[in-house]
Amino acid sequence: MLAYFAKRIGMMVVTLFLIITLTFFLMHAIPGGPFTSEKMLAPEIEEALNAKYGLNDPLWVQYLNYLKGIITLDLGPSFKYPGIRVNDLILDGLPVTAKTGFLALLCVAALGIPLGILAALNQNKWQDTAVMMLATVGVAIPSYVVATVALYIFALQLNLVPTFGLDDWRGYILPVAALSGFWLSFIARLSRSSLLEVLGQDYIVTAKAKGLHPLSILFKHGLRNALIPIVTVLGPVVANLLTGSFVIEQIFALPGIGRHFVLSISNRDYTTIMGITIFYAAFLMVMILIVDILYMLLDPRIKLADRNK
Amino acid sequence: MTAIDLKDLTISYSSVPVVHGANFSVADGESFALVGESGSGKSTILKAISGLNDEWTGEIKLFGEKIDPKNRTDISRITQMVFQDPYGSLHPRKTVDTILNEPLAIHGIKDDGTRVLEMLSAVGLDKRYRFRYPHQMSGGQRQRVAIARALMIKPKLLLLDEPTSALDVSVQAEILNLLKKLRKEQNLTFLLVTHDLPVASFLCDRLAVMKGGEIVEIASREQMTKGELKAEYSNELLGVHAQKLGA
Amino acid sequence: MSEKLLEVQDLRVTFPTHRGDIDVVKGISFDLGRERLAIVGESGSGKSMTGRSILRLIRSPGRVTATKLKFDNIDLLDQSEKQMRALRGARISMVMQDPKYSLNPVLTIGEQIGEALRTHQNLPRKQVHDRVIDMLDQVRINDPDRVAKLYPHEVSGGMGQRIMIAMMLIPEPDLLIADEPTSALDVSVQAQVLDLIDGLIQQKGMGLIIISHDLNLVANYADRVLVMNAGEIVEECDASALKDAQHPYTKGLLAAVPRIDETREELPTLDRSQWDAT
Ligand SMILES: Nc1ncnc2c1ncn2[C@@H]1O[C@H](COP(=O)(O)OP(=O)(O)OP(=O)(O)O)[C@@H](O)[C@H]1O
Ligand SMILES: Nc1ncnc2c1ncn2[C@@H]1O[C@H](COP(=O)(O)OP(=O)(O)O)[C@@H](O)[C@H]1O
Ligand SMILES: [Mg+2]
Ligand SMILES: [Mg+2]
Repeated sequence: MLAYFAKRIGMMVVTLFLIITLTFFLMHAIPGGPFTSEKMLAPEIEEALNAKYGLNDPLWVQYLNYLKGIITLDLGPSFKYPGIRVNDLILDGLPVTAKTGFLALLCVAALGIPLGILAALNQNKWQDTAVMMLATVGVAIPSYVVATVALYIFALQLNLVPTFGLDDWRGYILPVAALSGFWLSFIARLSRSSLLEVLGQDYIVTAKAKGLHPLSILFKHGLRNALIPIVTVLGPVVANLLTGSFVIEQIFALPGIGRHFVLSISNRDYTTIMGITIFYAAFLMVMILIVDILYMLLDPRIKLADRNK
Repeated sequence: MTAIDLKDLTISYSSVPVVHGANFSVADGESFALVGESGSGKSTILKAISGLNDEWTGEIKLFGEKIDPKNRTDISRITQMVFQDPYGSLHPRKTVDTILNEPLAIHGIKDDGTRVLEMLSAVGLDKRYRFRYPHQMSGGQRQRVAIARALMIKPKLLLLDEPTSALDVSVQAEILNLLKKLRKEQNLTFLLVTHDLPVASFLCDRLAVMKGGEIVEIASREQMTKGELKAEYSNELLGVHAQKLGA
Repeated sequence: MSEKLLEVQDLRVTFPTHRGDIDVVKGISFDLGRERLAIVGESGSGKSMTGRSILRLIRSPGRVTATKLKFDNIDLLDQSEKQMRALRGARISMVMQDPKYSLNPVLTIGEQIGEALRTHQNLPRKQVHDRVIDMLDQVRINDPDRVAKLYPHEVSGGMGQRIMIAMMLIPEPDLLIADEPTSALDVSVQAQVLDLIDGLIQQKGMGLIIISHDLNLVANYADRVLVMNAGEIVEECDASALKDAQHPYTKGLLAAVPRIDETREELPTLDRSQWDAT
């Protein structure tokens, strides 16, 4: 057990190292430096800036310095905003991104799974039809379309919620809805079909033959099994909520990490691009590890041992 | 030549040994039964031979070739397994045709469908069953499909784990007749796990009796039918059996 | 048969199909006292459906009808779902065929057996645990403490069957319906498990319906035998008279059983040509 986790974490460190190396050299392979912007700087000034940020050193020296920084959890200075470090940018955007992301994930799990259960328990009745129709729409329409249309109707026309910013709780409604819409629908459908399949199994008849209460059958025997396939997709769901947040934060003008990321790309703020990429990669790997642990806890048939590849 | 040669085979699940130092060998073309107490490790031995369990020490030789548990050469061409339960062992959403073609695809064997028809007729299934799904067939028919699948790539050795215990007597009789016929026609070697002594008697030349993870006796079919088994546990099995018939 | 534990009259199990309704059990009638009744017949003859219908466990769209279905003078067809729950497990329990699929893969053996007891009796944890271990021991499971902690995929086929039996005996029911309870057990363990059930019949006056395709077992163990074919009872006799059964279908089944000193090159089988019509 411990050996397994030690190995997993070791592999994560190696993967992260490869990602760092790859992004670093990719960034430096792009022609033009960070200070070659549209409004030409005087050559002396550009030279001074390059010197200040160590851009005249040989590449491998820069690389080693960067690695050194990362080990001390320092992602370096931003090239665009003098005096500001990438760490600060991430910490600045983190509360907003984390909050919307967390709320979206909560919506996906806390609404999607119960909706799926509701549909499964009322198979072919109106509740089922209603949930499935909504879920089909949710899966079919891309989130940015939902976001734009919702923004237009609820914010501009009806004035029910603010068009941008997060000054009060209503500001979260549209971004969270747009972010979670697809995955909520997806999880609702998956929960429905998974639960229906489980409820058709022989061990459910056994549970009934024991005289168990229907709620006990549903939760202890039904859901324990039905959750297994749902948990396995939660990893990808988190990843997609993250990438989704780039677009959503842009549309709703939310000051989150995603927005910093998009801005840093148009600004050629290389260290910020690298920093955020690495930050996200690390975050994702941790999430996947958590999902794997959950998966193992739920399904005793999964063996930790890696000998069965 | 020996088809199977086991020496000091100890098999474990998660480091708990359940089979302790088993020794026996099965000649090429022989039919050998493993009988004995429930939970004594019969299926576990089949799993080790077929590669479904690699937590073992000792020696397994198949047709003279040693098997390394951690680094298996592909033996599925020479040996195939048939499982106890005809419901679970076939994929519910695949047709008989797909199920039978899979082993060919896995081993990259090209075939225009003649092999499928050949095997269907060998196991006594009409051509009409070729495009049916498992749930459209009876338990006995499904077990025929499972046997046909195992024979698709012409293995020399069949590992059979209680192939008839889920079937009623009449279907069991059909499957037993079929296995006997196929063995004769294709010169197969059988290693058959069963808890039913008469089934072993009908199908096998020799048998090993297991109890508590150990082989307590190896005897010939004649010794069993004449009631000349030596180990105490073997006689317990025979005794209860005779009682059952005698009453 | 002093008192009637179960009375069944004109029991029908119907499934709708696209070709109209099909009766898989076609109006069978029988009574059961505090005795051992066996139901035999080939697969698909409706044995399991008969067993399940007594507990009203047939899934929709399947339907159960009968002119009489009484257990201990309780009209089972009249009971609410809630009243049925109080009977299931506690007074009538059923050993399911095929333990591999009838045990929940994500719960331990001990948990599943304990649950059968806790559902109907309020007992302290420790006592439940002790009873579970004791019950596993009674069905001849070696090392019950270890096995209680295992998951279903970690036990052998025969152990699964005994676990299923333990689970259904632990609440000490008045009627046990056992669907192929010992088909994966060797004769010696089988005899021990049947002795255990016998003990309960003697001590508690439990009634038993044993569904089996093992004709030797049935002939020696049961009191009475019903032979089913295609949803109907074709023959009913004392178990000891099974060997002299008259019906050609029963004779066919008997002839198909291999013997320990088998000399036949080929075993006779039933003519199944009517199956191939579908
Ligand atoms: N996947 C597993 N993990 C852990 N233990 C297992 C596993 N499979 C089997 N065992 C244990 O190994 C032992 C032998 O099991 P095996 O399936 O070989 O028995 P068997 O002789 O085939 O019995 P039966 O006749 O009842 O099928 C049993 O004690 C069982 O609990
Ligand atoms: N859900 C179902 N829909 C239609 N037919 C069914 C269903 N379940 C069982 N049957 C049919 O009922 C008959 C009796 O089945 P069963 O009682 O399980 O047989 P057995 O005697 O082998 O226990 C079989 O012909 C089977 O195909
Ligand atoms: Mg086994
Ligand atoms: Mg059945």
